[in-house]
Amino acid sequence: MAWFRKEKKPLKSEDRRDLASDVFDKCEGCGEILYREKVTQNLHVCPKCGHHFRVGPEEYVRIFTDDGSFQEHDGHLRSADPLGFTDLKSYESRIHAAEQAGKPEAVVTGVATLDGIPIALGVMDFGFIGGSMGSVVGEKIARIGRRALEEERPLILVSASGGARMMEGIYSLMQMAKTSVVLARLHEAGIPFISVLTHPTTGGVTASFAMLGDVNLAEPGALIGFAGPRVIEETIKQELPEGFQRSEFLLEQGIVDRVVDRRELRTTTVRLLRHMFISSTE
Amino acid sequence: MASKPHLEFERDMVELQEQIERLLALAEKRGIDVSGELGELRTKLARLRADTFQNLSPLEQVQVARHPMRPYTHDYLVRAFTDWIELHGDRSYRDDAAIVGGWARLDANPVMVVGHQKGRDMKENLHRNFGMPHPEGYRKALRLMRMAEKFGRPVITLIDTPGAYPGIGAEKRGQAEAIAMNLREMARLRVPIVSVVIGEGGSGGALALGVADRILMMEHSVYSVISPEGCAAILWRSAENRGEAAKALKLTSTDLLGLGVADEVVPEPAGGAHTDWDAAAEALGSVLARHVAELRGMDAQERREARWRKFEAIGAWRESES
Ligand SMILES: [Zn+2]
Repeated sequence: MAWFRKEKKPLKSEDRRDLASDVFDKCEGCGEILYREKVTQNLHVCPKCGHHFRVGPEEYVRIFTDDGSFQEHDGHLRSADPLGFTDLKSYESRIHAAEQAGKPEAVVTGVATLDGIPIALGVMDFGFIGGSMGSVVGEKIARIGRRALEEERPLILVSASGGARMMEGIYSLMQMAKTSVVLARLHEAGIPFISVLTHPTTGGVTASFAMLGDVNLAEPGALIGFAGPRVIEETIKQELPEGFQRSEFLLEQGIVDRVVDRRELRTTTVRLLRHMFISSTE
Repeated sequence: MASKPHLEFERDMVELQEQIERLLALAEKRGIDVSGELGELRTKLARLRADTFQNLSPLEQVQVARHPMRPYTHDYLVRAFTDWIELHGDRSYRDDAAIVGGWARLDANPVMVVGHQKGRDMKENLHRNFGMPHPEGYRKALRLMRMAEKFGRPVITLIDTPGAYPGIGAEKRGQAEAIAMNLREMARLRVPIVSVVIGEGGSGGALALGVADRILMMEHSVYSVISPEGCAAILWRSAENRGEAAKALKLTSTDLLGLGVADEVVPEPAGGAHTDWDAAAEALGSVLARHVAELRGMDAQERREARWRKFEAIGAWRESES
């Protein structure tokens, strides 16, 4: 889990001039200058306005697991370049650059306990090629889904994705079917699947596993949709209304079950799992 | 004389075809024997068609797949099937004309056929939304597939769409959910499912009818995660580069057979399905009948599990040691 633990280096004198930007963040929601430590302690939610900063998988692993219980699975799977795809850059070089940045893939999966309940967990990483779904994302989700099935663990998937990994062509499209097949089996086995949608979740991920939760939870203000707003605007030749495709809009339309503040995600999920799956005597 | 709609690289073939027709008309009118000239022209046309259509670039394949004269779902429905009776609506919002479905017979056997439906002229295309479904279209499809399951009849889907419609209403009514639900529920169906890409297999909007026991492709159909234009606009930052994108995406029937996604390619008449709808439909009908018969012979649960394994096996990755 090298991706997980980032060692903190001691502050060197030449770094001091960057101190301000190192210690403070400006909130994208309300413009307030916030002490970073405060924001971090608040699960990267602005204490003033409730704006949810985008966070990586390590944060969600912390939210959805008991301390020290997370065991990563299939972390050794890496993207290949099955089509030999090259646009202005080669896909190989894109993978390489993302890996060099310390991100192994666009999803992290594993098993853990959550408030003592054995669970299977997958968290997407928007930082790896826009959280796009290629073969590795599909395969890791399929594998963690099958593990959930075999070990009768509720499955939690946290989504953040721009859609399909088009550099893998038809393989990337077929990951939508692959992940949905596993969820079909989980569904028939009566094992809960909770889908957590974060900013942004669009395209093939939304149109497959992310919309198939027994319960779909969305973080506040997250952009969630099939088509991206720009594609829609180009198609209909008009501007989209404020708040279109945001979590609160999806709640109103009946597409997600609840909009849940990041600070409430853990307790909400635990309560749901106890209602759905864990007998009251446990 | 106005020619039928055709692609740029088809011009010589269209001209030859018109010469043949003029000659035939002349022969009929004057009662003269033109068999010599006719045979020569026909040989020339056949050779030209074979040369051209066996060497199409990926972008030309895309153009043929979108050909304005290409047979659409309904054209196959009334040729490869009999006793077609259309059923409408999702029972909730409205009837989406971008997807058609209903009972038909393949040979003598009842099957449920569901397919994307493009329009041939502007008026019909406005009605059909250019074959781009809204959520209610996918929900109609699912309703009909479940009906097939209730009565133990095989499902046949015909795929031909630029993609699911990206619009305000579609998003409001849960386009993503409708597609996702079809993927999951098609995986669960206990009856045989055969999908055929007959023209354009455009992204998730195509796949929403494509979780099947067998995936067939008409020879000049394409199946892709994104249109070459869309891909070029994003990755090359210009739709002008669609030719390169079409090549890079590996979206032809030959590509998909090679990648292990398509199970079989159905050969088209020499100049493409649009030159002979009857022949294309006959070819499709006989291949469909063979696959349905094979699938009927399997146990329902075994068939489902084979379907699961098929999709679970798709993809390619590396394994690192660290
Ligand atoms: Zn704020």
